[in-house]
Amino acid sequence: MAIKSYVMVCGGTGCESSKADEIYRNLHKEAELQGVSEDVQIVKTGCFGFCEQGPIVKVLPSDHFYVQVVPEDAKEIIAEDILKGRAVSRLLYKEGNLTEVKRTDGEDIKFYQKQLRIVLRNCGLINPENVNEYIARDGYQALEKALFDMSGDDIIEELKKSGLRGRGGAGFPTWMKWNFSKQVETDVKYVACNADEGDPGAYMDRSVLEGDPHSVIEAMTIAGKCVGANLGIIYIRAEYPLAINRLETAMEQARDLGLLGKDILGSGYDFDIELRLGAGAFVCGEETALLQSVEGNRGMPTPKPPFPAVEGLWAKPTVINNVETYANIPVIINKGGDWFAQFGTEKSKGTKVFALTGKVQNSGLVEVPMGSTLRDIVFDIGGGIRNGKKFKAVQTGGPSGGVITEEYLDLPLDFDSLLSIGSMMGSGGMIVMDEDDCIVDVARFYMDFCVEESCGKCSPCRIGTRKLLDYLEKITKGQGTMEDLEHMERIGTHMHKAALCMLGGSAANPILSTLKAFREEYIEHIQEGKCRAGKCKALVHYEIVADKCIGCTVCARKCPVNCITGEKKKPHIIDQDACIKCGQCYEGCKFNAIVIK
Amino acid sequence: MAVAEAEELKMSDKLLAFIDEWKVKPGNLIMILHKVQEEFGYIPRPIAIELSKMLDVPLAKIYGVITFYHFFKLVKPGKHKLQVCMGTACYLRGGDDLIAELETMLGVGVNETTEDGLFSLEAVRCVGCCGLAPVVVCGSDVYGKLTTDQLAEIVAKYRNAD
Repeated sequence: MAIKSYVMVCGGTGCESSKADEIYRNLHKEAELQGVSEDVQIVKTGCFGFCEQGPIVKVLPSDHFYVQVVPEDAKEIIAEDILKGRAVSRLLYKEGNLTEVKRTDGEDIKFYQKQLRIVLRNCGLINPENVNEYIARDGYQALEKALFDMSGDDIIEELKKSGLRGRGGAGFPTWMKWNFSKQVETDVKYVACNADEGDPGAYMDRSVLEGDPHSVIEAMTIAGKCVGANLGIIYIRAEYPLAINRLETAMEQARDLGLLGKDILGSGYDFDIELRLGAGAFVCGEETALLQSVEGNRGMPTPKPPFPAVEGLWAKPTVINNVETYANIPVIINKGGDWFAQFGTEKSKGTKVFALTGKVQNSGLVEVPMGSTLRDIVFDIGGGIRNGKKFKAVQTGGPSGGVITEEYLDLPLDFDSLLSIGSMMGSGGMIVMDEDDCIVDVARFYMDFCVEESCGKCSPCRIGTRKLLDYLEKITKGQGTMEDLEHMERIGTHMHKAALCMLGGSAANPILSTLKAFREEYIEHIQEGKCRAGKCKALVHYEIVADKCIGCTVCARKCPVNCITGEKKKPHIIDQDACIKCGQCYEGCKFNAIVIK
Repeated sequence: MAVAEAEELKMSDKLLAFIDEWKVKPGNLIMILHKVQEEFGYIPRPIAIELSKMLDVPLAKIYGVITFYHFFKLVKPGKHKLQVCMGTACYLRGGDDLIAELETMLGVGVNETTEDGLFSLEAVRCVGCCGLAPVVVCGSDVYGKLTTDQLAEIVAKYRNAD
């Protein structure tokens, strides 16, 4: 019997960790039990992007989009949807605060409406562990074209037309990088893929590798053909076991089909790929440090020039691109550079994948055309701020980026506009903050990260980050002075000019940008000893408002140090000397009787 | 005990075969250290010394690499590694509170192991499931959207499993 419907279970890391695997197995079991295993194909796909609502199960062709599914739901999904063709309405995604189900069509969900999926074209659609599904979606067609119909110069010309810029952060034109390598005449060249996604709060590369590993393999082979390399290296975080696994499976399948290895598709061209594991060093995302690490050394950057495209791994020309950049390549070769260039802004073409996280309603992976505004992303796609709180700022570019405030909500985002307002695209982490987040504390968090991750090779970064952290800690403890602010600005600016690599050069960005946008909050910490968000523990204390306290004793029972006393049904009191400011009473009080002062 | 430890520190045939395979490849050190840690849970000093001889790499270079990368451990971790994600999304949603609570509960600090060798506590970089923030990972189990009062139950689950 022919297959009538498809059930797709999200197999991204987020959903996997909420039992997606068990859901997948239960669906198979139920299909068997209910006698429909011949009619339905159950597939585990890559990330759907809508991580907030995971685990996600989608049924085609009915396009029913089920959210927060548990393994026990498998029976009903098979019985209702597959057997009777009816939606299991309690599992459908509910938009906004409506209690009724507004939409059932996956494509219609607001989260997806403003998105344009080029990089994530196959994520959530195909089984990443089956090369045939990738091929069925035009996979490896670009490779065939690149091998038989195009010269290296044609490929570069197409990339130039597309306007593709590197998605790792700096936004360097991809065609130029490839062209540099291509022009060098030498016996050995390499192609490398930077999959050392270390920016805390970003996971787009992981999702591409988990959901569509062949797209990266295909793109690297095309790059190899273009510049004349025969070996590719994927440098991937050891912390991403699922992605490593899927890459290994994909490479094996590609080799079996003659799409990778010797004499690819009979063209006479050889190309193979090796995996190298990272070991938890943020600086290895910097390309020269990455190459050091591949060579088995401490991951310390080297001065540029020489650029890796000319003199990279083992001193040979090496094209390094990040995962997301590669994922764009097959589409550009297939559909042409002009097609790609129709999306985006004048100088930033195509789309960008953002990992939208933090205090936003719908966390997840979001792919939008360049030039979309923050309002589109945070409010239309992300559904606004959680728990009805007020929007404060968005941090892009992780520890190298800066904050974007409310006044820039309508700024079209691209590489250049973000730089102009003191932030940067970075790899695409987008962290939303609300009124409960202390800007000084966030800056301290990032600086703490940079101190830890500074490789220590150059003193502007090694000493600069440490000094900046000292100042921030002083301020969060209420011991800062106004001069500290000036010192921080001076050190930060100098680091920008003097540090060896961009980790140090941009490490002060979170401070510099918050000092510009939220200076009054720093001053409040210093002059008034006040943290308005209540995050800096040394500056806050909790008080019980006697009028509001009904004496329910919840706070006293929650308090881990037993410093809240009072009789039942009478207002309670906090012993300020004993209080450790853990905030559990504040969170536990249902009557808003506890305030932060 | 001493005998057991010595036995424990013997490289398996699988590991030896891996080293043999990679020995000839340039830039092999990090890949080999990964395999060693996979087998022992950390990089024991006697093994590092042996590696130095096998690969003809100075011991100082091996330690230089081990200590540079967060992933490599010099001391044996607990049977259950409780890894609290401290990526930005998890931090904003209370990852630091989770660490503080686990520290009190287990009586150890970050990167320390309980005396009974059962638990070690780690603060890790983004584990890549920010939608579930804040997250704690233990082995292959991932716990998302956690609050501090759920931690006792999780710890008890592993304690009782032994």
